[in-house]
Amino acid sequence: MTEKTRLATVWLGGCSGCHMSFLDMDEFLFDLADRVDVVYSPLADIKEFPDGVDLTLVEGAVANDDNLELARLLRARSTTVVSFGDCAVTGNVTAMRNPLGDPQAILRRVYVDKVDRDGAIPDDRPVVPALLPRVLPLHQVIDVDVYLPGCPPPAARIRDAVVGILDGTLPRERGEGIRFG
Amino acid sequence: MPEVRRSIAITIDDTEIDAYEGESILQAARRFGIKIPSMCYLEGLSVWGACRICVVEVAGQHQPRPACATLVVEDMEVRTNTARLQSHRRTILELLFAEGNHVCAVCVSNGNCELQDRAVEAGMDHVRFDYRNPLRPVDATHPKYVFDPNRCIVCTRCVRVCDEIEGAHVWDVASRGHQAHLVTELGQPWGRSSSCTWCGKCVASCPTGALFYQGSAVGESVHAPDLVARLVAARRDHEWFPPVESPTSPNEQNGDDR
Repeated sequence: MTEKTRLATVWLGGCSGCHMSFLDMDEFLFDLADRVDVVYSPLADIKEFPDGVDLTLVEGAVANDDNLELARLLRARSTTVVSFGDCAVTGNVTAMRNPLGDPQAILRRVYVDKVDRDGAIPDDRPVVPALLPRVLPLHQVIDVDVYLPGCPPPAARIRDAVVGILDGTLPRERGEGIRFG
Repeated sequence: MPEVRRSIAITIDDTEIDAYEGESILQAARRFGIKIPSMCYLEGLSVWGACRICVVEVAGQHQPRPACATLVVEDMEVRTNTARLQSHRRTILELLFAEGNHVCAVCVSNGNCELQDRAVEAGMDHVRFDYRNPLRPVDATHPKYVFDPNRCIVCTRCVRVCDEIEGAHVWDVASRGHQAHLVTELGQPWGRSSSCTWCGKCVASCPTGALFYQGSAVGESVHAPDLVARLVAARRDHEWFPPVESPTSPNEQNGDDR
């Protein structure tokens, strides 16, 4: 029996909808479990991103310094990195704050100006990570091997991509499989 | 009396066709079912040549030519889908996506968008350029329609249809280069426009989610750009044009026409 692929899934600045769609692969998850070991994931209680990961799916944009640190770490420890969903690929909804500029001004408006009283910007570092000046798509921070767009990518699209990567048959032309939104 | 047009023999992707004198490469190709992707071009309106998605290669010419704005000439040899053209088209699309704020997931035209469709066709699975993320306020002052410039690619279909077909000329392009943007009524809010006739042709013609009916939610806006060519043909042939159900107005569908 061949050794199982070491799979990680990561949740950066996103809504976890991509992970929900991953779970929507339903009974295919049993087939997948025969081929992979999940070594890191928000769906599993593992604290540290491990060494020697074969395949990592990254949901979410890079929005804060915690995202940035984890993105660099997972790149260093993964063979294949997949930009998983529109937030990772384009910034998407997470990046809709970018046109408004300075994140401090946005935080002030949300946590101070728009509350009835005693508003304060949460700043308990490192529990609350600092926002980056701009939200960035994953590939502007680390090298990405495969792009898997969609908000969220439909379960069938995730399955096709993951199987394609595991089998080494992921086609260059993926037709509708790259549609944003 | 039917118009007699001189035939001109050209070759598109190794297929010999009889184009008409005075016709563009794009028009000739479409008559013969040869697909060339386009965006700012809309049958029935004047040619603008702004988006350059329809670029083709013409034998003997180094630069690619916009098929919509290049007239056929005798013995012209055209290629529509070389590796170089595919690369140019994808680059153009990436620049368009990077220039505005195109967030398909929360767009009224998600699933009904020519920009989104062209990106899929071009194999655009990500954008290599830095996103500009410009700050562009939405104009929702019109009682019936909304203009969201974040999704606008300045194709000027709305400008042309309003001027050339409706005759109202509400829309114009202001500024230049990457600052070029649409304005209504020389920069007044659309809702204060006295020249807008509420005809909705701009909304019907828009290729993206930049123009839509008030009250539209994600994916609900369906444009009807073919309306323009049908209207032009009906006027030319003096045919009765039946009233158009606006396919993009959820409020009207609900019997709540504001």
